[in-house]
Amino acid sequence: MYLRNALRAATALALIAGATHAETITIATVNNGDMIRMQGLSDEFTEKTGIEVEWVTLEENVLRQRVTTDITTKGGAFDIMTIGMYETPIWGKNGWLVPLDDLSEEYDAEDILPAMAGGLSYDGTLYAAPFYGESSMIMYRTDLMEQAGLEMPASPTWEFIREAAAKMTDRDAEINGICLRGKAGWGEGGAFITAMSNSFGARWFDEDWNAQFDSEAWKETLTFFSEMMNESGPAGYATNGFNENLSLFQQGKCGMWIDATVAASFVTNPNDSTVADKVGFALAPHKDGVEKNGNWLWAWALGIPAGTQKVDAAKQFVEWATSKDYIELVAGKEGWANVPPGARTSLYENPEYQKVPFAQMTLDSILSADPKNPTVDPVPYTGVQFAAIPEFAGIATEVSQEFSAVYAGQQTVDEALEKAQAITNDAMEAAGYR
Amino acid sequence: MARSVTTRRKAFNTAVAWAIGLLIFFPILWTILTSFKTEAQAIADPPVFLFFDWTLENYGVVMERSNYAKFLWNSIAIAGGSTLLGVLIAVPAAWSMAFVPSKRTKDILMWMLSTKMLPAVGVLYPIYLVFIKLGLLDTKFGLIVVLMLINLPIIVWMLYTYFREIPGEILEAARMDGAGLKEEIIHVLTPMALPGIASTVLLNLILAWNEAFWTLNLTAAQAAPLTAFIASYSSPEGLFFAKLSAASTMAIAPILILGWFSQKQLVRGLTFGAVK
Repeated sequence: MYLRNALRAATALALIAGATHAETITIATVNNGDMIRMQGLSDEFTEKTGIEVEWVTLEENVLRQRVTTDITTKGGAFDIMTIGMYETPIWGKNGWLVPLDDLSEEYDAEDILPAMAGGLSYDGTLYAAPFYGESSMIMYRTDLMEQAGLEMPASPTWEFIREAAAKMTDRDAEINGICLRGKAGWGEGGAFITAMSNSFGARWFDEDWNAQFDSEAWKETLTFFSEMMNESGPAGYATNGFNENLSLFQQGKCGMWIDATVAASFVTNPNDSTVADKVGFALAPHKDGVEKNGNWLWAWALGIPAGTQKVDAAKQFVEWATSKDYIELVAGKEGWANVPPGARTSLYENPEYQKVPFAQMTLDSILSADPKNPTVDPVPYTGVQFAAIPEFAGIATEVSQEFSAVYAGQQTVDEALEKAQAITNDAMEAAGYR
Repeated sequence: MARSVTTRRKAFNTAVAWAIGLLIFFPILWTILTSFKTEAQAIADPPVFLFFDWTLENYGVVMERSNYAKFLWNSIAIAGGSTLLGVLIAVPAAWSMAFVPSKRTKDILMWMLSTKMLPAVGVLYPIYLVFIKLGLLDTKFGLIVVLMLINLPIIVWMLYTYFREIPGEILEAARMDGAGLKEEIIHVLTPMALPGIASTVLLNLILAWNEAFWTLNLTAAQAAPLTAFIASYSSPEGLFFAKLSAASTMAIAPILILGWFSQKQLVRGLTFGAVK
C-alpha cells in the first residue's frame, strides 16, 4: 500500500515537472554580427515567454548543406532555420516550410519592405520572415577620389568606375583602384558577375529556359570585368571573395569596393578599419544607357520547417526576432548603427536611424533591385543574382569556375562563355526545363 | 675520422628533421599565435609574427559565446566511445584473420578497406534517414556507432598487422596449457600486442576527434562535438580569424597534449615489427 502511494506521488510529481518544464526550440543560424547579437539577446525572449532557445551556429555553406539535408528528409532537428532568398520560394513551393500567413496584428507584416516580402514568398504567401536584408553598393575612398580629381555621381556608370579605378591605382603604394569578387562559387564571384550582367542587359535564361551566354551582353560583361580588374584590381583577384576584399579595403589597399551593404558597418568601424573616416557610398553602377543597376538583393530570414513539432513556440520566436520591438531593443543596447537593416519600412522612417551614414544608401540600393524583373529583358525566374530554381546553385557554381579561370588567365572570355552555355543547357535539359 | 663524419652527418640529419618538423607544425603554431592577436592584427599585411600586443580577448569572447565544456565532453565521449567499441570488435576479428586464416581472409581485408574509398556524402541521405527512423539524430550514441564503423577497417588492419608479428606457437602453447579462446585473447595475445593496440587506439582517437563530416551532419544542439564548435566561428562574410583561431586552438589542445605525452607509445606501436 505504502509502495503504491509512493509510486502515485512520484508519477504525479513527474507529471507536474513535465508540465512546468520549459519548451526548448533549436535554431540553426549563420555566424555573422547580427545573428550573434540575436543569440546574445535571446535571454530576453526566454524571460518573456518561458521558451528556452538552443543555437546551432554554422558557417554559411555548412549550414546550407545541413539544413537542406534535414528539411528534405523531414528530420526535425531544427525548429527554426536561417535561410535566404534563394531557398525560401523553392522550399515554400515544395511544402517544406510552415506558411507565415497568420502573424499577429502587432507584428505588422505590412511593414516588411515589399522587395523583401516578395523574395521570401511563394504564390503570395510569406514563408520566412526577414531578419535583415542587404543589397550591394559602391564603397569608395573619398580621399583617393578627390586626389584623382573626380566626384562620385549618385548613380555612376561602369565607364566612370573604370576610369576612376585606373586613376586611383598606385601600384607602388599598393593601392588597387577597384576590388571585386572573382572567387568561384554561386554565392561568391557568381553572385557578383550575375548582378553586374543585369546592368549590361544580360540574362541567364530566355523565357523558354534557354541559356543566354552566347549573347553580346554577356560577352561585354565578362570582357569589361576582366579588363578592368587586370588594369586596376589586386593581384590574384580570381580567388578573392568578400573576406579577402574586406581585408584589403580595411588596410587601405582598395580605392573602390562593390559588395554587400552589410560591409558598410565593418569598413566604417575605426577599431578594425584604417580608413574608417574616409569612406563614401554610392549606388552600384550601370552601363551607360541601361537603366538597371548592378546590385543584388538578399535577405537572411527565419523559416519554420514543416517537420517541427513546436510550430507555436517557433512562430513566437520568429515574431519576436523580426519585430519592431527587437529593433528598438538592439538600438537601446548597442546603438542604431547596429540594428539589423533592410527588413522593415518603419526603420527607414525613424529619424534616429536616418542619421546613420549608410542607412539611406542601403535603402536606395534595396529599392532599386527587383527580383521579379532583375534585368532589361523578361526572364522566367525570380531573383537578382540568382534564379530561384533548385538546379541553379550547382549550375552557377560550375559556370563561375569557368569565369574564374578567365580571371586567372587560364582561358579566354569566348571559351568560358561557350562552356557556360553548354553546361547550363545540358543541365537544364537533364532537369526537364527544355 | 669515421666518427667525425658520423657526427657531422648526425647533426645534418637532426637539422633536417627539425626543419621538416617545424614546417609541418607551422600552421598549428600560426593558428595559436593568431588566437592572441586582435582581428586587425590577424589580417595585417605584412603579417606580424611575435611582436604584437598579445591579448586573451578572443578566448574571453569564445568562452562567453559558446559552451566549450559541453562540446569538449561530447568530443571525448564520441571519440573515446567509438574507439573503445571499435577495438572490442576488432580484436577478435583480427585474431581470427591472423591466426585462423581462411581462403577468403585476404579478400575480406581488401573488401573492408574498400569501404573507405566511398565518398561519405554518397551515403549521407541513407544514413540520415536511418538515424531519423531509429531516433539517433543528434545523439552521442549514434555518432559513436557511425565513427566506429568508419574507423573499423583501419583498426582491424592495424591489429591484423601487429598480430601477424606474434608467433602462433606461443598461442598454441597457451592452448596446450588448457587456455580457452577467451583466456588466449585476453591473457596471452593482448598483453603481447599491447604496444600495437595502444598505437591503434591513439591513432583512432585522433581520427575520431578530427572527423568533421558526420559530426557536423548528424548533430544539432545536443551531441555536437568540437568540430561544430570550430565551424560556428567560421564566416564567409566577416573577418573573425582571431576568434576562429582561438576556437581552433581550444579544440585541438586536448588531442595535441594527449599526442605529445603518448608519442613514445605511438612511435613504438607504429614501428612495431618493422625491424627484426
